[in-house]
Amino acid sequence: MVRQAPLWTALLAGAVLLALATIAAVGRGVAVARRAAGAGTPVAEVARLLAQQRRSTLAADRLLWRSGPAAVCVAAALAALVVPLGRWTAWDSPVGVVWFNAMEVVVWAGLWLVGWGANSVWGVVAGYRFLAQGLAYELPHMFALTTVALGAGSLRVGDVVAAQSGLWFVVWMPVAFVAYLVAALAMAFWGPFDAPAQADLAGGLGAELSGVDALLLRAGRYLMLTAAAAFAVPAFLGGGAGPLLPAWLWSLLKTVAVLGFLVWLRDRLPTVRMERYTELSWLVLLPATLVQALLVAIVVLLR
Amino acid sequence: MQLVVFVVCAVGAVAAGAAVFRVDSMARATFALLASFVFVAVDVLLLHLAYLGVLVILMMIMEMVVMAVFMIMYMMNPAGLMPMSMMHNRRGALAISAGTFVLLAAGILLVRWPARRGAPPAEPTRQLGEALMGSKMLVMMVLGLALFATMVATVVLAQHRGRYDRYGDELERRVPDDPIRGGVGR
Repeated sequence: MVRQAPLWTALLAGAVLLALATIAAVGRGVAVARRAAGAGTPVAEVARLLAQQRRSTLAADRLLWRSGPAAVCVAAALAALVVPLGRWTAWDSPVGVVWFNAMEVVVWAGLWLVGWGANSVWGVVAGYRFLAQGLAYELPHMFALTTVALGAGSLRVGDVVAAQSGLWFVVWMPVAFVAYLVAALAMAFWGPFDAPAQADLAGGLGAELSGVDALLLRAGRYLMLTAAAAFAVPAFLGGGAGPLLPAWLWSLLKTVAVLGFLVWLRDRLPTVRMERYTELSWLVLLPATLVQALLVAIVVLLR
Repeated sequence: MQLVVFVVCAVGAVAAGAAVFRVDSMARATFALLASFVFVAVDVLLLHLAYLGVLVILMMIMEMVVMAVFMIMYMMNPAGLMPMSMMHNRRGALAISAGTFVLLAAGILLVRWPARRGAPPAEPTRQLGEALMGSKMLVMMVLGLALFATMVATVVLAQHRGRYDRYGDELERRVPDDPIRGGVGR
């Protein structure tokens, strides 16, 4: 059903990801300004950061520091490669689900580097905060992806979409879907999981960043959120399946809907502290996703 | 094309591995090691072992980032502000590494490699799963149990506060008394 597209579509996948992330940023600008005038905010910010001179700190580890924000952007772009757009995918990898997971984990390394490299206390604390967050959200996230692969009997994203031709996974794997969305917010340190970039750390990860580096970190955050929202569509929402409209348009519409929901959530929930979320994640979310995986395994065995 | 990728990754892996001992900060050493592992993972991908290759990337990133936390906690000169060296026991290390290299290189050159019989399976991931869950199940179960027991034991040993601190001398408290409250209302 989902087929390998020509090699050049890898660039198209990146362009679509960037366009969707821009829409998310513009939407957020409008939401924050509470009027249409906010739509220009992201554009103005990009222009300002591109023109801004890069500052540095005393004894910063510049190699590590500057590779951090870039790694986040590259990881999001590589993760988006395995997300099919309708009936076509830029890279029909036999282990697409694991690939997405691996690229999402690159964010761990990238954000820790951002925090560490600046040789600033705010950055270091923020970097460690994100690692604590990562250890909290990663296992429920992995079990959610495992459940999806279990239901499809394959790690290929195309097979996952094909397995949902009868019933979308979101219907009979609701717990995995919720765990996935929570992890999507956490990996982009978005919404309630923005403790690593909070004002109590003077901006945390971004405290000492300026110019292009700050731009890359903020863009990487939106790109990662977009990639995570886009992957939810083939994983849980039936990919390009839908009436009347062409498959690629359904993929885009569903992605925009999930992305819009995630962006909207940000101002609705207070920032959660890591020690609180860790306990919640390990004592509630992790057993819940395990039970979900067990139920799906039983259904798969019996059917 | 494959040869180019292989050579670039092989040389890159060795160079990054050597860089671990040349750089002067723990953070850089950790990420040089990570780069070395990722290069090796790409070479594994070249063998058409997609699952194993991607898994190496996934696990190594997580492991190295967690390792960075511990290395910086315990090792000298985390920030690279003072001179430091990763080289210890130079003579012994040189002898061991040279000996290992000679042994492995001699093995490669002297062993009569068997010719390939049959074709690679269509789905190596499934083959791997069947091997792990079938004939090697006992080994994997014992291994998993041993690893888990090690983790629990380490956490128990590293704990500053035991259950008598949390629940009282008679274990009479219903709700534990923790200095940091968690997220499920305890």
